[in-house]
Amino acid sequence: MLSCKQSSQLVSKSLDRPLTWRERFAVRLHLLICVYCRRYASQLRWIRKQLAALQKDTLAQTDVTLSIEAKERIARQMASIKPDSQP
Amino acid sequence: MNNHGHEWLTEHGDYLYRFALSRLRDPHLAEDVVQETMLAAIKNPSFEAQSSARTWLTGILKHKIIDVMRRHMREIPASELMVEADASMDDFFDESGHWAEQPLAWDIPHQALEQKQFLQILQQCLSRLPTALATIFSMRDIDEMENEEICKALNITTTNAWVMLYRARMGLRKCIELNW
Repeated sequence: MLSCKQSSQLVSKSLDRPLTWRERFAVRLHLLICVYCRRYASQLRWIRKQLAALQKDTLAQTDVTLSIEAKERIARQMASIKPDSQP
Repeated sequence: MNNHGHEWLTEHGDYLYRFALSRLRDPHLAEDVVQETMLAAIKNPSFEAQSSARTWLTGILKHKIIDVMRRHMREIPASELMVEADASMDDFFDESGHWAEQPLAWDIPHQALEQKQFLQILQQCLSRLPTALATIFSMRDIDEMENEEICKALNITTTNAWVMLYRARMGLRKCIELNW
């Protein structure tokens, strides 16, 4: 029988690669009897789902911008090189 | 300057900056990678009309960010990377492998306002993760890169990647629980 620690590791792993059938069976069995690990597993899935929403929000924050100085500097740098010239 | 350069900077510069800042978390580093991206873009305008300029530029930016992260990873002491899955998890579990603090049930936000608050907490908790953990976690769970790709890009082993992702998720979950 898996410990909660082992189960939490396998649940995390399952988000990164398919588990072997042996691992999957062991986790399922553990989750069946452990409410805490069930919570943990569903919370990880929930977090992953929310990250997409967060990313969308972050990229839409129009008050976060390049400074004017940075824009000018980048424009100057771009002006100083010719297309197709290698660095 | 290539005609597109100025247009790209005006139209997409801020967007690229926000993307870079969300990953590198340092305004100067973020400005630098945006600059490198713009320069690379006008030097090799292999931009193909079928993709949007923004998507194309973001693709270049992601590579530049990975370059920075790879350098960053090299500077992290091996002791911090080469860890057993067990290390530093002592806070989370007791000696017999039981939860030291059992995960609580969360109220899943149902309303827009609650949802917004949840995202704020998620953002804060992400920003509290060590940069290396936050980066690899973002590559995996936001960019949906495969593990092999991540390991190759950052020059780390699969075990390292797996341990870091596990730690990131444990830390993030705990932080959300304490603040939600």
